[in-house]
Amino acid sequence: MTYSTFKRLMGAITCAACFATYTSVSAGEAYTLTLKDHRFEPAQLTIKAETPATLVVKNLDATPEEFESKTLRIEKIIPANSEASFTIRALKAGRYKFVGEFHEDSAKGELIAE
Amino acid sequence: MLGALIIVFREAIEAGLIVGIVLAVTRGLVHARTYIFVGVGAGAGGALLVALFADALSKSFSGNGQELFNASILALAVIMLAWHNIWMSRHGRELSQQLSTVGRAVASGERTLLALAGVVGLAILREGSEVALFLYGVIASGETGYDVFFGGLLGLALGAAVSFATFYGLIKIPPRSLFVVTSWLITFLAAGLAAQSAAFLQQAGVITMLTETLWDTSWALSDKTILGRVLHTLIGYSDQPSLLQGLVYLLTLILIYTATKFTAVRPKLEPRLSP
Repeated sequence: MTYSTFKRLMGAITCAACFATYTSVSAGEAYTLTLKDHRFEPAQLTIKAETPATLVVKNLDATPEEFESKTLRIEKIIPANSEASFTIRALKAGRYKFVGEFHEDSAKGELIAE
Repeated sequence: MLGALIIVFREAIEAGLIVGIVLAVTRGLVHARTYIFVGVGAGAGGALLVALFADALSKSFSGNGQELFNASILALAVIMLAWHNIWMSRHGRELSQQLSTVGRAVASGERTLLALAGVVGLAILREGSEVALFLYGVIASGETGYDVFFGGLLGLALGAAVSFATFYGLIKIPPRSLFVVTSWLITFLAAGLAAQSAAFLQQAGVITMLTETLWDTSWALSDKTILGRVLHTLIGYSDQPSLLQGLVYLLTLILIYTATKFTAVRPKLEPRLSP
């Protein structure tokens, strides 16, 4: 019984995985943030509200950084001298804060959806 | 230094709690400690490897390697926890009561030990690689100095202290109720991990639906605070979950609960003694 339960469980998970087929698409307008000396440039970035967008974050520092935003639901490590791309869901108008978690004192900013 | 301590401690809490719970769950099983320490060691070694190849991992799967890696690790941990709970509901009683068949129990007990050691290893692998990258950054930059690095190490030590506190707290519970308490703990733990896995799949853009925010309680209890983080691990608390996270959480709870219920062996009624 235990083994068959385990098998059934695995089956369910596999089905879920098939259902969620890999469909990563970069959507909407693209915006770029750069991180240098543990500071974001620009620290305030205005984007279009109610439209999905792509956000590229370039880490120009020699150390890794964890780019994090609770409101945007993003949490990702960006290695030194590299970049990461995020698909931003269609946002309601408002301010969405983000930080570099490893240097939270200086690395902070916000997306402004208008 | 305090900043580094908090950053590392925040990452270490989840793994710390999980190690403590698993130690309590497997208490008394033969070789349990060995399995768990091997799990911890393998997890730490794996974390260093992941940190070392963080660059390659990030670039894989068209930039979504990190998310897919995290999502898979979490999903795997959920499966192992679910399997353990279902197995224990059937054999837990035998394990604790039928000492005569202890040989048999040990033989099958090792499989669930393996699953739990795996859960410990995966937890440390995931959180540990972030800690390793942070500490590496501190050293590599050279600008912050060794007190920050030391703060980070203190954070790790605090994480280990969480393990011990959890373990000693749990074993205070009388054995009869401990079984019930830990199986609920594991069910909620698994549901929370499943929701986290779903969040990573959404971040990777693998799942693009149900992204609406279910609620926002960050003003009351942010899950970046220590208490928020503890609840995040124990019951899967999130201050701004997506609709998908909420659904996956509930579904996992229901699935594990039902599966455990259906496979459970009903205890034989003891003949009542007349006074």
